[in-house]
Amino acid sequence: MKSYEARIEVGHRPGILDPQGGVIERALPALGYASVSHVRVGKSIRLAVEAPDEASARAQVEEMCRKLLANPVIEVFTVEILAADDGR
Amino acid sequence: MTARVGVVVFPGTNCEQDVAWAVQVLGGTPEMLWHADRSLGGVDAVILAGGFAHGDYLRTGAIARFSPVMEAVADFVASGGPVVGICNGFQILCEAGLLPGALQKNAGLKFRCEAVDLRVETTTTVLTSGAERSQILRIPINHFEGNYVCDDATLKAIQEGDQVVLRYVENPNGSLDDIAGICNEGRNVVGLMPHPERASEAILGSTDGAVLLGSLLASAALAAQR
Repeated sequence: MKSYEARIEVGHRPGILDPQGGVIERALPALGYASVSHVRVGKSIRLAVEAPDEASARAQVEEMCRKLLANPVIEVFTVEILAADDGR
Repeated sequence: MTARVGVVVFPGTNCEQDVAWAVQVLGGTPEMLWHADRSLGGVDAVILAGGFAHGDYLRTGAIARFSPVMEAVADFVASGGPVVGICNGFQILCEAGLLPGALQKNAGLKFRCEAVDLRVETTTTVLTSGAERSQILRIPINHFEGNYVCDDATLKAIQEGDQVVLRYVENPNGSLDDIAGICNEGRNVVGLMPHPERASEAILGSTDGAVLLGSLLASAALAAQR
């Protein structure tokens, strides 16, 4: 078994209102950033997972996302799998 | 014999005493059910009370749905038993897939704590059988994440299936279609953001919640006879 690091991003499903993103989008122009649009706020989750290979690690993490880490009704997720850094 | 109403308590639930009190005032017998219980102890109805189950970590209701008691609640629902989720209880029922859709942060990002007017949209549910269609009820809300959302197909299905139980007269949180409460297809599971237990005695400023909880007690009494 090898150790992998999973970086998971959970965001709003397109079309779902993101009130936090909306507030930030309205605040940034007040600082002079008038060019900003499409602000979306999500969550970042990192975890270590033991698996025989990267594909298996990804399959496990995606299953975790579907069952718990994201709510498919309102959220979408992306998973990035990295070989664990031994110096962690 | 009075109806026995199980009140589910998760770590972080904080409205269970209010719910139990209201059930008792209205003539029912409340029984606390701990989230780790695997049995409902033969109760005739179940209320998931409000609060912050498991700290609302990750998402509201996300961890609570995995508590052992939720398997028993799902079995009870499948057998036609009446179940009501209030506020956090509504969020848990959605996460558990016992009700469609989800509840997210209020539009405007304000915690709303105030009495609001609700319109009864259907009376063929376990929570509204004693009410009248279009009746206006004044009941408090107390939430940050009561903004009901679902996809277009689900919204169409619940509208056409007469599953919108309560609507806000003035939308306080951005909820889709002004939805304050919905039911499942079987009409024995209802979730609502407002707190009827906080409007069940004159001293609380409104008794409009009594017709809702009274309906549930009537449903529970029917269930007890079966």
